[in-house]
Amino acid sequence: MSKALIILLLISPLVGFLINGLFGKWLKGKEKLSGGIGALAVLVSLICSIVAFVSVQDGNILEGDAGILYPWISDYISIGFHVDALTTVMLLVITGVGFLIHVYSIGYMHGDAGYTRYFAYLNLFVFAMLILVLGNNYLMMFVGWEGVGLCSYLLIGFWYEKQSATDAGKKAFIVNRIGDFGFLLGMFTLFAAFGSLDFVSIFDNAEAGNFQQVFGASTLVIATLLLFVGAVGKSAQLPLYVWLPDAMEGPTPVSALIHAATMVTAGVYMIARSAVLYNIAETGVVVAWIGVLTALFAAIIALKQNDIKRILAYSTVSQLGYMFVGVGVGAYASGIFHLVTHAFFKGLMFLTAGSVMHAMANELDIRKMGGLRNKLPITHATFLVGALAIAGAPFLSGFWSKDEILHSAWGSSKVIYIIGLITAFLTAFYMFRLIFVTFYGKSRVEPEVASHLHESPGIMWVPLVILAIPSALIGLLLGVGGHNSWFHHFTEDVFPKAGKAPGNVILFMAISSIVGIAGIAFAWTRYKNRVPSDEPTNALQKLVANKFYIDEVYNTFIVQPIKNASHFLLWRLFDTGIIDGIVNGVATLIRVIGGTLRRLQTGLVQVYIVSMVIGIVLFLAYYLFFS
Amino acid sequence: MFLGLEYYLVLSALLFTIGVIGVLIRRNAIIIFMCIELMLNAANLAFVAISRDLGQVEGQLFVFFVMAVAAAEVAIGLAIIVSVFKHRETINVDEVNSLKG
Amino acid sequence: MNAEMILFFIFGAVSLIGAIAVISFRHPIYSALSLIVTFFAQAGLFVLLGAHFVAAVQVIVYAGAIMVLFLFVIMLLNLGTLSEKGALTGKLKGVATVLGILLAIQGIYIAVNALNNTEVGSVEAQEKAAALAENPIETYDIGKLLFSEYLLPFEVTSLILLAALIGVIVLVKRENQTEN
Repeated sequence: MSKALIILLLISPLVGFLINGLFGKWLKGKEKLSGGIGALAVLVSLICSIVAFVSVQDGNILEGDAGILYPWISDYISIGFHVDALTTVMLLVITGVGFLIHVYSIGYMHGDAGYTRYFAYLNLFVFAMLILVLGNNYLMMFVGWEGVGLCSYLLIGFWYEKQSATDAGKKAFIVNRIGDFGFLLGMFTLFAAFGSLDFVSIFDNAEAGNFQQVFGASTLVIATLLLFVGAVGKSAQLPLYVWLPDAMEGPTPVSALIHAATMVTAGVYMIARSAVLYNIAETGVVVAWIGVLTALFAAIIALKQNDIKRILAYSTVSQLGYMFVGVGVGAYASGIFHLVTHAFFKGLMFLTAGSVMHAMANELDIRKMGGLRNKLPITHATFLVGALAIAGAPFLSGFWSKDEILHSAWGSSKVIYIIGLITAFLTAFYMFRLIFVTFYGKSRVEPEVASHLHESPGIMWVPLVILAIPSALIGLLLGVGGHNSWFHHFTEDVFPKAGKAPGNVILFMAISSIVGIAGIAFAWTRYKNRVPSDEPTNALQKLVANKFYIDEVYNTFIVQPIKNASHFLLWRLFDTGIIDGIVNGVATLIRVIGGTLRRLQTGLVQVYIVSMVIGIVLFLAYYLFFS
Repeated sequence: MFLGLEYYLVLSALLFTIGVIGVLIRRNAIIIFMCIELMLNAANLAFVAISRDLGQVEGQLFVFFVMAVAAAEVAIGLAIIVSVFKHRETINVDEVNSLKG
Repeated sequence: MNAEMILFFIFGAVSLIGAIAVISFRHPIYSALSLIVTFFAQAGLFVLLGAHFVAAVQVIVYAGAIMVLFLFVIMLLNLGTLSEKGALTGKLKGVATVLGILLAIQGIYIAVNALNNTEVGSVEAQEKAAALAENPIETYDIGKLLFSEYLLPFEVTSLILLAALIGVIVLVKRENQTEN
C-alpha cells in the first residue's frame, strides 16, 4: 500500500469540498452536477478504501516511520498515516455509508436553497473524519476530531434561519467543547509522559513501562480517563449526551451520516485505538459502566418519545453505549464490530426516516402517521430490516455484534450483562413501537398530506436497499463464530488479546434472541392496532416522557448559573463596571481636567498678563534671592 | 562726577512698574498701549544710563532700534484697535474675549 | 547736591507723576497728554545723560509722531470714558498692586545691589566714564557706528517699518471694497 493511495483517498473529499464550497455560485441550479461532484469525491475515497482494505488484508500495514509524510511540529509530531485493520474498517464504514448517503442526499436535498453548501459541508465532514481515522498520532486525530465537530455544528445548523436549528448547533458545539477539553488535557498528559503523541511509540513505550510518571502511578489512568471525557462528549454518553437528540434539527441524511454512522463513533474508535493504554490503566471498567448506563438510560427515554428522529437519536445514544461496553470490557473487536453493523442499520433507519419525512411533508410526529406500510412499501421494508437488526433478531447483523458484546460483558461483570440485556429488550420494544405506530394500524395522516403520500424517488430508495443488504447480512459475513469470526481474525493484530469469555456461545445467543423477540412481541401486543395515546398517566411515565428533565436540570444548574454569572459578573461587573469604567473613567478624568483648565482660558487678556507677571516676579525672585 | 547709575535705574524700575500696573488694571486698549510705551521708555532710560556708565555708544544705538520697533508696533497695534472697534464697537479688552475656552 | 541731581529729581518726579496720571485718568485724551509730559521729562533725562541724539529722537518720534497717532486714533474713534467695571476689575486691582510692589522692589534691588557684581560700576568703568566726561558721545559717533557695524540691523529696521506700513493698510482697509 502506497502513501499516494492514502493521500488520494484523503484529498478527494477535500477537492469536492473546495469545488462545491468555492464555486457554489456557478453550481447553483445545477443540482445534479453539484451533488454528483460530492458523491463522486466520496466514491473515489471508497474505491481507495477498498484497495487499502485488500492491501491490509494481505498484511501491508502502513504505520510508524513508513507512514510519515513530513515532520510537523519540530521533532515531536509529524503528519503521517497509520493504516491497519482498524483504520481500514473505519475507512470502509465512512466512505461506504458516506457514499450512499451522498447519493441519497442528491434526491433528499432537491430544491434546497443551500444545496451546494450542503454538499460542501458533507465533503468537508468526510475529509475531517478521514483525517481522524488516518492520523498516526493523537494530534492529527484531534484535528480531525475538531474538524468533524465543526462540520457537525455547521450541518446541524444547516437551516440557520430556524432558531431551533442554530440553537441545536450551538448546543452540540458547546457540549462537545467540554469533551474536547478533556481530550486536550488527556493529550497533554500523554505528551508529558511520553514526549510524543505518536501511536506506535506511545503504545510501545507504555507496554515497556518506559515513560515519565507525571502523575505518579496513576499517570495512565488519568490520561485515559481524560481521553474518555473527550469520547463521552463526542459519542454522546452520559452525562454529555444531551446534544445528540437536539442535533436532529439538521437534515436527515446528516443525522444518518454524522450523528449515527460515523462521527459519534469517533469516541469508540479512539478508545479502540488506545486499547493498549486502556488495558494497562484498567480504566475500561469506567468506560463499560458509563456505556451500559447510557444504553439503559437512553433506551428508557426512547420509550416515550413521539418524534421519529428523536427515537432514533436516543437509540443511537443507547447503541453507542453498547459499543462502549464492548471496548470497556476489553472486547475491542466486538465493540468495533458493533460500530460497523450499527453504522449500516442505523444509517439505514435514519435514511428511511428521511424517506418517511419526504413523503409526509416533513412531519416527524409518529402519532400523525400510521398505516404507511402500503403507501411506502420500500421504505417500510428497509426500515423493518434495520429495526430487526437493531432489535437483535436472530442472524441479522445487530444480533451478532450485540451478542458478542453481551457475552464479553458477562465475562467482566454480570450486572453489566443484565443491564445490557434489559436494554436489548427495551431496544426491541421501542423500535417496534415505532414501526407499528408508523407503518401499521389505521392511518392518522392528515388528509391534505395523505393525498401527496408517495414513495421516494429512485435516487433515494436505491441507497436504502443497498444499505439494507449489509444491515441484514454483514453479521453473517463477518461475525459468525464469535471470537473466532473473520472480523476478530482480521483485527487480531490491532487489539490486545482478550480472554475468551466463559459460557456457552449458543446459550447466550439463545437468550439474546429470546429477549429481542420478547421485546418485539410485547410491542406487538401494545401497539399493533392501538392509537397510542401516550399521554403520561403517572409520575414515572411523565418523568420518562420528559426525558428525566435532564435538559431542564442542566439548564437550571449549569446553564443559568453560568448565564447569570456572565450577566452579572462578567457583563455588569467586569465589562460595564471595570472595563467600561476604566474607559469612561479616563474620558471623564480628561473631561474634568479639561473643563477645569478651560476656565483658565478666559479670553480676558489681562488674566493672561497677570499670570505672566506672576511668572516674571517668581523667576526674578528666584534669580535674585535664591541662586 | 556724574550722578550714580542707581538713581536712573531705580527711576527706570519705578516707571516700568507703573506701566505694568497700568496694563493690568485698565480696560481701555489704547491706555494699555500707552502703558506699554511707558515700559519701553523705562527700558530706554536704563539703556542710556548704562551706556553712559560704560562709556559705550551701543546703548544709545539700541534705544534708536527700540524706538523704530516701537513706532512700527504702535502703528500695527492702533490699526488692530481700529479694526476691532469697527467690528465690535468697543475697545474694552474685557468685552473682546472671543478666544475663551 | 549738584545741578545734575536737582534736574534729575525734577525730571524724574515729572515723569513719575505723568506715568501715574497715564494710568489714573479715566479719559484717554488725558492719559495721552500725560504720557506726552512723561516723554518730555524723559527727553530731559536723556539730555542729562548726555544722549542728545536720543533726546531729540524721543521728542520727535515719541512725543511727536507716536503720540499724535494715539491722539488721532482716540479722536477718530471718538472714544469717551470707558466703563472700567469689567468682570475682573476689583480682583485684579489688588493683585496688580501687590505684583507691582513686588516688581518695584525687585527692580530697585537690582538697581542698588545686583550691579555691584557686574562690570557696571567697576573701576575700569569708572575710569572709562571719567574719560567720557571729557569726551562725550557725539551724534557723529552714533551715526558712524550705525552705518558701519550696525548697518544690517539698521536696514532690517527699515524692513520692519515697511512691513508695519503694509500691515496697517491691510488691517484698516475697508472690507466691503472687495465686495464692490
